[in-house]
Amino acid sequence: MKHKAFFWFVLPSVVLMLLFIALPIVSVVTQSLYTQHEQVIISVENCGPFGCTQAQSVDQDATQALRNAEPLGKYVGLDVYKDRNHLAAAEVADAWEDSSSFREFWNTLMNLPFYGALAFTITYTAIVTPMTIILGFAVAIAINSVARSLRGPTIFFSLLPMIVTPLVGALILFWMVDARGILGTALQWLANDPSLSVKASTPLMWIMLMVYGTWSSIPFAFIVYYAGLQTVNQDTLEAAMIDGASRWERIRYVVIPHLAPLTTFIALIQLMDNFRVFEPIISFQAQAHARSLSIAIFTDLGGETRLLSSAAATSVLTIVFVAILLSPVLVRTWRDFGTKN
Amino acid sequence: MNLIKTALLGTAIAAAGSTAATADGHACAIDTGRISIIGNEFPAIQSVAALALECAGSAETASNLTADHQTLNVAGMTGNPAEYTSAIVANSSIVALINEDVIQPLDALVAEYGADIPSRQLITVNGQIMAVAFMANSQHLVYRKDVLEQAGLDVPTSYEEVLAAAEKIRADGIMQYPVGGAYAAGWNLAQEFTNMFIGTGGQFFEPGTANVTINNAQGVEALEMMKALTEYMNPDYLTHDSNATSAEWEAGNVALMNMWGSRTGVLMDEEGSTPEVYENTTVAGPLTVGDSGVPATTLWWDGWTLAKNISDEDAVTTFKALTHATSPALLNDGTMSQAVWLMDGFESQPVNEGVLASVAAGSTPYPMVPFQGLLHSALGDNIADFLQGTESAEQTLADVEAAYTAAATEQGFLQ
Repeated sequence: MKHKAFFWFVLPSVVLMLLFIALPIVSVVTQSLYTQHEQVIISVENCGPFGCTQAQSVDQDATQALRNAEPLGKYVGLDVYKDRNHLAAAEVADAWEDSSSFREFWNTLMNLPFYGALAFTITYTAIVTPMTIILGFAVAIAINSVARSLRGPTIFFSLLPMIVTPLVGALILFWMVDARGILGTALQWLANDPSLSVKASTPLMWIMLMVYGTWSSIPFAFIVYYAGLQTVNQDTLEAAMIDGASRWERIRYVVIPHLAPLTTFIALIQLMDNFRVFEPIISFQAQAHARSLSIAIFTDLGGETRLLSSAAATSVLTIVFVAILLSPVLVRTWRDFGTKN
Repeated sequence: MNLIKTALLGTAIAAAGSTAATADGHACAIDTGRISIIGNEFPAIQSVAALALECAGSAETASNLTADHQTLNVAGMTGNPAEYTSAIVANSSIVALINEDVIQPLDALVAEYGADIPSRQLITVNGQIMAVAFMANSQHLVYRKDVLEQAGLDVPTSYEEVLAAAEKIRADGIMQYPVGGAYAAGWNLAQEFTNMFIGTGGQFFEPGTANVTINNAQGVEALEMMKALTEYMNPDYLTHDSNATSAEWEAGNVALMNMWGSRTGVLMDEEGSTPEVYENTTVAGPLTVGDSGVPATTLWWDGWTLAKNISDEDAVTTFKALTHATSPALLNDGTMSQAVWLMDGFESQPVNEGVLASVAAGSTPYPMVPFQGLLHSALGDNIADFLQGTESAEQTLADVEAAYTAAATEQGFLQ
């Protein structure tokens, strides 16, 4: 393709990406460097059906003057990033100085909201991504060997977790694992412990969230692998069979290498998706047990007083961590690209 | 609080007068302008919104009643013109709208079109009318008469008695988890702490400042009592919000709980439960904790506001329609029991007694200060750690204070 043609070909998508991805990121980064102006607080008397009380209120006129002078807010540099609700620089340094053992330091660190959320997010990503890839591949292989007449319905059923709206799927599971639900009761019977409750136990809740995460993204991995399986060279497979390769050896030495680029693709998408884990925590009402970075952003924006700078700082940190997570995969893709040319 | 009592006493007299006022007044055929309401979702607010929209029949009307109203109203009123011409708020959520300066004072409109609005319905901040309240709400004890009788217990008046009663009910084998409560991590849990902390006589802030003061003996006492109560709750209590707690109640699994007055109507009606449960569901006054004498509950009003960034025409339309919807015209057999209404003509129903008892007991209104919401969020994020036994009460309170301080600094309330 000529350079000029290429330019015109990608221009619409580049413009859209700048508008809808790059610009918002710039705006979020800017927002995270500014905080609200100092609020001018005045003492006021509030009256209502329960009588009058002395309270404080924001002096709108005085505060408005400050806002008009500097509409972006007060520039604070990286202060929001360093405060206790984010990277907690001072608290971490203190904990490092004061802790007598690594265990104590770790406990202090996990008690800080950002690191607690990061720990869950990373654990979730590290477990759900490989599970999705492995199980998705297994399902694809299994369905590929089902009799042709049964494949249509089987594929449909395998895709169901993806077809069902995530929130609805999670809610169904949420009620099933309730202490009085079918799965919850089954667990109590299996463990022989009538007080066992998934919703009351942090480890069980983490497992539940990860099982749900894997269940809901298997279809994605499956359908990509299934499409890939249709392109496996049948001659190579037959040659392998003639050479006496077992079914496992054919998968290991012919199919898996053929599907490697797809694995990179699925890993990329899943790493990004899983790092932004959000819906399961909401639908399982698991905020007491598990917090992710996205949940931290959500609660910042969902309180009665919106914490825009705090949410922006967490967003930027999320982007940074996703970039770090993706870098090995991206480097690999770049190398593959380089060798092909 | 005297205002409400006076209102109730004067009900009979007022009722006659107000019917006449409705017949001749309230031009309720509004042809122009726009009305768009955002608010919480429960029967009383649904009735108000429905009547307001019906009143503004031929104008441009819309309403968005959702439990997520707090996350939408500021954003929906910041634009110019604002998407929502009115937000139905409570004494906690009006603060965010005042902080963001998105609602307008109503003094001029009240003078011109709202002469009939009784002064107890007017919410003033620093002398300016910022909202018109239409109902009072509060959390109070709800109990199962039959269960208490079966266990041979009196109606508890304090949380200590609730614990003793719960132990007896469990020991008698009537219920395994007799206590209920909206303890879902987040807003609900923070609200329960707020009640309990007020009940211990605690002060959230150093007077006149935004410096938080909950990490003290009262804070620990409040947390310890909450934890003691959770021993008698369904183990899933951290996922039970008001709706789930009501469902537990209607399923007949709970005998004692602290619940919103606005939700007791649903528990006492014939829907969703068996006669054994709804016929024995009874309301009582607020509970106390310790010996401070302050009821461990908060008083709330719900009222409507008017967006700042709207045309004068829309403001008048919205004002007139909502004034009509929160006037005696709203009250009929269907709506009367939905809330403790503040307008003339309200006749107290058995289901309302809990809220009225809370008012009569001199309960504290939920604090209307600009930084209370930040503390509420910090409480909701941190208290679950203590209830689950992963850290001490002091550590939890220190975490809440630290989280609040960071947020309040970012918002410019602290330096």
